[in-house]
Amino acid sequence: MTQLALVIDLNVCVGCHACVTSCKQWNTSGEAGPLFDDNPYGKDPTGTFFNRVQTYEVGTFPNTETLHFPKSCLHCEDPPCVPVCPTGASYKRKEDGIVLVDYDKCIGCKYCSWACPYGARELDEKQQVMKKCTLCVDRIYDETIPEDRRKPACVISCPTSARLFGDVHDPESDVSLAIRESGGYQLMPEWGTKPANHYLPRRKTKLRIHADELVRADNPLGKEDIRHETSKESSLDDWLM
Amino acid sequence: MHPAFSVIFLTTLIGVGQGLFLALFSSQAYSVVDVLPAQSGGFYALGGLIALIFLIGGLIASFFHLGHPERAWRAAAKWRTSWLSREVIALPLVMGSISLYALVNWLGLEADIYGLGKTGQVALSIGALGVVATIALFVCTAMIYAAIKFLQEWASPLTVVNYFLLGTASGFGFATAYAAVAAPALTPFYGGWAITLTVAGLFTRIASLLRNARIKQISSVQTAIGVRHNKVRQGAMGMMGGSYNTREYFHGRTALFLKSVKWIFLVLTFPVPVLLLWAGLAQNSAGLLMLAVGVQYVGLLFERWFFFAQANHPQNLYYQVVG
Repeated sequence: MTQLALVIDLNVCVGCHACVTSCKQWNTSGEAGPLFDDNPYGKDPTGTFFNRVQTYEVGTFPNTETLHFPKSCLHCEDPPCVPVCPTGASYKRKEDGIVLVDYDKCIGCKYCSWACPYGARELDEKQQVMKKCTLCVDRIYDETIPEDRRKPACVISCPTSARLFGDVHDPESDVSLAIRESGGYQLMPEWGTKPANHYLPRRKTKLRIHADELVRADNPLGKEDIRHETSKESSLDDWLM
Repeated sequence: MHPAFSVIFLTTLIGVGQGLFLALFSSQAYSVVDVLPAQSGGFYALGGLIALIFLIGGLIASFFHLGHPERAWRAAAKWRTSWLSREVIALPLVMGSISLYALVNWLGLEADIYGLGKTGQVALSIGALGVVATIALFVCTAMIYAAIKFLQEWASPLTVVNYFLLGTASGFGFATAYAAVAAPALTPFYGGWAITLTVAGLFTRIASLLRNARIKQISSVQTAIGVRHNKVRQGAMGMMGGSYNTREYFHGRTALFLKSVKWIFLVLTFPVPVLLLWAGLAQNSAGLLMLAVGVQYVGLLFERWFFFAQANHPQNLYYQVVG
């Protein structure tokens, strides 16, 4: 069974918000109608977004690290928002595991948003229906788009390729490999929602070089190491010459 | 959570309606076994009509909560998984059976179904279905909140117990005032139960307050973003002007405001109505009994506001600092 998902590499994300704006642009232009925007160029602009980039500071100065953290719907394998929906407007697709809202069935009761521990759902204040990330379902299957661009808008726009997209149930996919080999983890695992989206942690790449790797202990030319004074003792060359 | 007045009025109004119906039914049932004096069909019919009006009031309030009330009929679809859907089914069942109960009493339809030679057997048979539906509605309403396991303040059997006891207490209170005007012989019965249920509700509500005061939140900013470090501080939530996430899940009041609401509801819902009921029963004063009902209903509005405001949604961990 396919489970499409995003894998977000926090080690690579630079917090540029390109995924936020490209997501808004794609999803406000689709068939479902524009995403609500109130006062977009004025004071206190607000509106519906599927994706946000947040920033956290980890540690105490001076040993701090800045962490940019993109957050969107995690397309849980056991989504708590789906069973609570009284109308069936909120559903999880069997074929690819995407959690979607049928905007024509949604009554705007907000119960699903209460039942999501991640705050991934936002009520569109104009259309009065619940909205959330669709994994660009109207893009990834569109055969009029070149095949290598049939990915969510946020994935395409990411300048550092911090966002990977694929099937996390296929053990050989890029996303599964990244989760397996780079310590991919899920958010709030304590609620058993089994999010499909994973995050890759910040990691330090360090090359550990030992002293005896700089100077080969068995180097036959060791006595000619230019960083030391030339030995007065006879070297291998003396023997041979 | 941000308390929505639509839901506050929905839950408190249907609570009164359900409680009032249970009061009417129990007194009529007792009259069959000669524990209480039987009343005219008109008494039960008018009481049922008043209960129905409370339920309709709650239903109207609930529509203000919906973004698309014209699609509300769809909400009956997912009763297998959703408590909200079950409530949407239980509410009209309660309203329907109370209507029938009132109608049968009004028309005085009688049949000796069980061969007891007593009146009211048809009304009570329909009413028994109404009682089942009413109790189911209490459970559904409360389980909407208690079923969200990460809203730890709500995810407790006490939520169900409180919805039942506070609803029945206010309904029996209303029945006491109604009886004081229409059937004085039933006033001590209703009043006694109103006091008993209010006192029981005080104990269980305090139990849930104590439980919630000691709750250890399972989620933290560490589990929210998956970083294992004791010091994690948010620098920016990703937007400046707020969003649905900052409006829907925060009550936006000070801790002092919350605390004062708690004391207001603790005083208005429990001791004051009990004293007024007791005084009203002792002096046979319908005015005092009506005052008790009014004070308790206002107290319940505060209680429900506090119930919502106190719940701490884990998504708030992601929205601590604007930027």
